[in-house]
Amino acid sequence: MSMIAFTGAVELGLIFALLALGIFVAYRILGVPDLTVEGSFTAGAATGAVFVASGRPFIGIAAAMLTGSLAGLVSAFLQTKLRVQPILAGILTMTASYSVSLYIMGGRPNIPLFREETLFTLLGRLGGNERLWRMLLPLMIVLIVGAVLGVFFHTRLGLAVRATGDNEEMVRASSINTTFTKMTGLAIANAIAALCGALIAQYQGFADINMGFGMVVVALASLIIGEAIFGRRTVIWNIGAVTVGAVIYRLILALALSFRLNPANLRAISALIVAAAISYPAIKNWWTTNGLKRRERRTRC
Amino acid sequence: MLTLENITKVFHAGTVNARTALDGVNLHLKKGEFVTLVGGNGSGKTSLLNTVSGGFLADGGRILLDGENITFLPEHKRARYIGRLFQDPMKGTAPNMTIAENLSLAYRQAGDRKFQIGIGKKQLAFFREQLAQLNLGLEDRMKTNMGLLSGGQRQAVTLLMATVCTPKLLMLDEHTAALDPATAEKILRLTEKIIKKEGLTALMVTHDIPSALALGSRTIMMKDGKIILDASGEERENLTVEKLIKLY
Ligand SMILES: Nc1ncnc2c1ncn2[C@@H]1O[C@H](COP(=O)(O)OP(=O)(O)OP(=O)(O)O)[C@@H](O)[C@H]1O
Ligand SMILES: [Mg+2]
Repeated sequence: MSMIAFTGAVELGLIFALLALGIFVAYRILGVPDLTVEGSFTAGAATGAVFVASGRPFIGIAAAMLTGSLAGLVSAFLQTKLRVQPILAGILTMTASYSVSLYIMGGRPNIPLFREETLFTLLGRLGGNERLWRMLLPLMIVLIVGAVLGVFFHTRLGLAVRATGDNEEMVRASSINTTFTKMTGLAIANAIAALCGALIAQYQGFADINMGFGMVVVALASLIIGEAIFGRRTVIWNIGAVTVGAVIYRLILALALSFRLNPANLRAISALIVAAAISYPAIKNWWTTNGLKRRERRTRC
Repeated sequence: MLTLENITKVFHAGTVNARTALDGVNLHLKKGEFVTLVGGNGSGKTSLLNTVSGGFLADGGRILLDGENITFLPEHKRARYIGRLFQDPMKGTAPNMTIAENLSLAYRQAGDRKFQIGIGKKQLAFFREQLAQLNLGLEDRMKTNMGLLSGGQRQAVTLLMATVCTPKLLMLDEHTAALDPATAEKILRLTEKIIKKEGLTALMVTHDIPSALALGSRTIMMKDGKIILDASGEERENLTVEKLIKLY
């Protein structure tokens, strides 16, 4: 792997760590594999790109996060008040957000940002150089988001959100409104996903209506790689593990590509990683049960 | 304290599977009264507790708690006044959070700030003191995840969680049924102690008739969604296990 490929992979990994953190909040904390984040990712990129195109990249980031959190609220509303199954609520919100993203982008499926002032070119002009900022800015943002999440999940509200994913019935019995905690959790998850989208658009120089496709699986794969390497311990530990997992995922991809692996296969491999990791307990169980059966058969005759 | 007026609940109403779980239940609990509730499987005991806690709404009737009509109040709002324990020790606590975190979720007070970080020193000391009263050595394991405790230990912590904020009403649904006899006895003693100390109004479901007659001051029996026996005072003293079993 060349140096350029390596740094590129780390940069992308740091940005996509945000998406993995969004999925972490939805899936690991709240127990909802929320597909809405795919839509929020694209909507965030779209919103951010429109603001970049009008010369306001910083406001674009904030606006993107707002868009994402709104998508999260819609999904949470469907799940709680309207009792739509979580997966279906995610699919509905994600599908609807496609139209919203197109609308945000003024009906164009693609907004090029190559000639615009992005956060990276702006910071590059202010000091250091653009190349440096392409590494430094994602790193800073991931550290900030990780730290804020780590603190938040130890506040009273954060504890309530965590408990909602752990034992919803108990949370309601403790006089906490689980509709509110789910709304909070999914709004946060989707705001982070949208932040990721906005950064990616500025990093790669364009926003595309289809850029979110399959991103949930990519984020889940990052999460699972992180957990497989570092294990699951405290919330703060897990946040770190997910972040590093996302970087490692990108490094594995870069390595695979440097060995001339057909990029068309990448998504299938990501899906395989996720499916294998999630079914691991079932497979292990089947394996040990079979072993016991074999031994029993042998001792019988 | 608690008044139920003509409460009815029919599951799957209007279908062939219609089941009347509660059939015009009238009940009044006085403040500080400790009532035991018995009855056969499917007689409506859990349904009664669920309509009071707001797990589901009654189809008809009114529920008053301390004079306030709570018939249509959402579950989490009633929970402020009602402590609950279930048969399943898993149900009462969050397994992937620590003992201290679980307690702090239950321990809500006026003036709590949503974004207050962590659990304060004073609060930790208070939890420690409360846990020590359980005599299970849990006060030294406050950072242990709840999921690592045994069923009996969990039920003891759940009992604490249900009562740290002195509820107006404590409802226990066969909360010792999943425990071994010795642990069950211990949890029952603990329950009695806490109810006495705080002077709680309590409603306890049990299938153990001797303890139903021994604990509290009043015993109610349900059958087919109706209250068929309500004994206190002398009438209750004359009740025996045999007499009660005949009524099942
Ligand atoms: N969620 C539900 N859906 C449909 N029917 C229900 C439901 N919950 C209870 N029932 C029915 O209502 C009736 C009363 O059930 P309930 O659980 O209140 O009995 P119980 O007295 O608590 O019994 P047990 O001693 O077995 O716990 C039963 O006939 C039961 O089948
Ligand atoms: Mg029951």
